[in-house]
Amino acid sequence: MRDSITLQVARYRPEQESEATFDEHEVPCPKEWVVLDGLNHIKDRIDGTLSYRWSCRMGICGSCGMTVNGEPKLTCATFLSEYGRGPVRVEPLRNFPVIRDLIVDMGDFMRKLVRVKPWIVRQAEKPLSEGEYRQTPEELDDYKQFSMCITCMLCYAACPIYGLDPKFIGPAAIALAQRYNLDSRDEGASERMEVLSEHEGIWGCTFVGECTKVCPKHVDPAGAIQRYKLTAAVESMKSFFMPRGA
Amino acid sequence: MGQRHAYTEYHPRWLRRPVSTYWWLQKRSYFAFILREASCIFVAWFVVYLLMLVRAVSEGEMSYRQFLSWSASPLILLVNLVSLLFIVLHAITFFEAAPRAMVVHVGGRRVPNGFVGAAHYLGLLAASVIVVWILLGA
Repeated sequence: MRDSITLQVARYRPEQESEATFDEHEVPCPKEWVVLDGLNHIKDRIDGTLSYRWSCRMGICGSCGMTVNGEPKLTCATFLSEYGRGPVRVEPLRNFPVIRDLIVDMGDFMRKLVRVKPWIVRQAEKPLSEGEYRQTPEELDDYKQFSMCITCMLCYAACPIYGLDPKFIGPAAIALAQRYNLDSRDEGASERMEVLSEHEGIWGCTFVGECTKVCPKHVDPAGAIQRYKLTAAVESMKSFFMPRGA
Repeated sequence: MGQRHAYTEYHPRWLRRPVSTYWWLQKRSYFAFILREASCIFVAWFVVYLLMLVRAVSEGEMSYRQFLSWSASPLILLVNLVSLLFIVLHAITFFEAAPRAMVVHVGGRRVPNGFVGAAHYLGLLAASVIVVWILLGA
């Protein structure tokens, strides 16, 4: 068991430099240490100016996504011991502009997320006296997988389509739209369809499948997108053959 | 702080990293994706090839025989062999995507993805058997 490992950490200090550079630090690597522990060690003991996001340290807040040895990872769920002798190279998430060091600007994703209305849309709320909106376990199962998304944006970092065409609405936004489309209480599918069926919506996806591979919560955004393509195709056929509605 | 690196709290100077021209060589899955995209050229080639065959048949026996001998030339054989490989890749990708796009319920229960995928391959097998049967029967 090695007692230390080299972390190569990307730095970008916009007030000093116009390109990213790398700092190398030796950090301890007990078997329970994850990459985030290494970064915290650097920040606490070696160089307090290192900037990065993190919050829960338990794979649920989705803040600490970074590129570790070329792969998008949640740094709180990626053990240093997985990298053997090292070195471990930590960079900001790909496909997003970098604000500083390991911090990316997530504004683009946030604006896209809001466009798909990731909340329950009701045409009319039923009166309180009628009680709650009930669901069967089967109805819950329909969307539960997509509700696991923690918006960590690893899927955007893995998606070459988003890298090449930043207008693409992207995997997580589509998976979250599906989470609500498939909810039996929701009535907003047609509003979401307008956004999702745009050229930069589902049709931008060419099924590379990397989003699903990197997803730390097994959401399968690629599956959600292919499923929605089928729905959109069926809907457009319906409106073509039955313009006045079935 | 130099003038060149003006940076204020409310207007960050982002570092934008362009995607490399060779991004598709960086990962196996990216490369497989590009091959799959390229497969459309070969799908188009098979359509053209089929149309040429139909035209040759419509122009009589002589023309059909000429088409057959042209098809047997090493270059066309090679092109068709490569095309076949790309079509198979195209089909496998499609069959992989299909179970994830189709959520089938039977008797209120969701059919597992494996079954949906297997049904597609069975469909392919059935279609192939019919084609072989027609070819051998003729």
